[in-house]
Amino acid sequence: MTSTDTETADSGAVPTAGPALRFQNVSMVFPDGTHAVDNVSFDVHGGEFVSVVGPSGCGKSTLLRIASGLTKNTGGICDVDLSSIGYVFQDATLLPWRTVQRNVELNAELQGMDKATRAEKTKAAIELVNLVGHEAKYPKQLSGGMKMRCSLARSLVLQPKVFLFDEPFGALDEITRERLNDELLRLFQSEKFAGLFITHSIQEAVYLSTRVLVMSARPGRLIGDYRVPFDFPRHHDLRYEPEFAELCGRISADLKDAHT
Amino acid sequence: MTTSYRAADSESAVSSTLDSIKAAEAAHGEALGAIDGDLTVQGLTEPTSASRWWNLVPPLITFVAFIGVWYLYSWVRFDNEAQRRNALPYPHVVVTDGFMPWWDEKNGLRPILEYMIPTIRVTLIGLAIAVVLGVTFAVIMNLSKNMERAFFPYAVVLQTVPILAITPLLTQLFGEEMGVRLVVVVLIAIFPIITNTLFGMQSADQLHHDLFTLNHVSRMTRLWKLELPSALPAMMAGLRIASGGAVIGAIVADFFFVKGDKGIGYYIRNKQQRASERPEMFSGTIIASLFGVVMFLIMGWITTRAIRNWHESARAKT
Repeated sequence: MTSTDTETADSGAVPTAGPALRFQNVSMVFPDGTHAVDNVSFDVHGGEFVSVVGPSGCGKSTLLRIASGLTKNTGGICDVDLSSIGYVFQDATLLPWRTVQRNVELNAELQGMDKATRAEKTKAAIELVNLVGHEAKYPKQLSGGMKMRCSLARSLVLQPKVFLFDEPFGALDEITRERLNDELLRLFQSEKFAGLFITHSIQEAVYLSTRVLVMSARPGRLIGDYRVPFDFPRHHDLRYEPEFAELCGRISADLKDAHT
Repeated sequence: MTTSYRAADSESAVSSTLDSIKAAEAAHGEALGAIDGDLTVQGLTEPTSASRWWNLVPPLITFVAFIGVWYLYSWVRFDNEAQRRNALPYPHVVVTDGFMPWWDEKNGLRPILEYMIPTIRVTLIGLAIAVVLGVTFAVIMNLSKNMERAFFPYAVVLQTVPILAITPLLTQLFGEEMGVRLVVVVLIAIFPIITNTLFGMQSADQLHHDLFTLNHVSRMTRLWKLELPSALPAMMAGLRIASGGAVIGAIVADFFFVKGDKGIGYYIRNKQQRASERPEMFSGTIIASLFGVVMFLIMGWITTRAIRNWHESARAKT
């Protein structure tokens, strides 16, 4: 745990500069005519963690690909500093021929960070995700949760201002998933990035976020916007508080509408 | 193995070498499979030495059965010993008349081994050339779709041209010595290397490509750090196939090109001419096939060394 406990106003309410990520009337129509995203606008500031929930195929992932520059939006403006992005895929996407150590340093290596700095930051990132002692292992020797932590560390090395998560824990079992949720919360508090998190799970969204956005079925529009009032650090028993359940219930009701 | 370029009775020699290779492959595959079954997530456990020895039993049974069928067929088919010896001699006659004396200037095993030296040389050099050219062409085709369109159809043609049918042309172009033998080996071995390398590079994971795109990498970095490593397992599979082809190429070339350093193919061909030397023909063929098996095993070993740490198919660290 880090020493953020003392500060109470830690929900990103006092952004000093502009937003780290800004969507302004963003739309996306694919060449085959699929209208994936329709007129979406929202900001994510540093120290904010925004989750997007919505039915399958509603364009949540497209939103993330637009934010990262992997896909170019056809309408509106997406404003983000592309040089300072961390992207965590659905799959850990580790290179199987590289050890944990070499996987974690991949982003830094590809972006030409010098060796000494790279080594130092890689070491720090491996410590942050609790993979110390596993540096020499290959991905096929790791469990699903360890792979995901390795993947997180790879992005952490660059200390990005904006962190994009594309359902990173969707394929993991419940226990591993909850443990990684706690680790992610811890990282969020210590690293103070702006987080944009895509998920299917309302509970996960509420537990992790400062704000939850609900998207409609395709073409994806924003149909719900919730501030999550719970303080940091969050304890995993928060999931069983009545206020938590109440908020999940309201989002769930929105999602039911989203399917129509 | 050595294709059907002679009359019917050499066909049994061909099938015999084929069978021995298959048996060896089966033994190899058995061993790999057994070890794979023991892989765990955290560590790699070793099979006990007892279970390793048991793995040798099935191929051994196949081998004994094969020798039995050989004896039986030869016994039923021929009426007298002279006839039999000149067509399909009993296995023990192949040993006594084909392999023995073990160390003599003119007869038995020693001349066979001496003839193997040029064959081994041609195979290895040819294979090396095929790897360099094959990987280079695959990389070029991978970098440019137009290059792929321009070259790939002809790579396929290369594979389908009956090389033996164009030997007069090859002789005109490359003579009858080392050079033309290498050309034959390269022509046979290059196709599986090209196709497997290309296929391997093109099947690099899309999410890995996205990951590299997010890091704004150059085309060369993508090739070097993503596509080529991704292609390695497929490349090694191609190399295994190519190594078998290279051995065949080196032997068959001796049948048609008779100048320069003559290899084991020349020896086998000579022994085919006279019926009385049938056991020598068999012993020469067997040694040549053993070389093919050894090449196959070496390629397997290299593959294991190259990818055992990370690829799902690779055997455990020993």
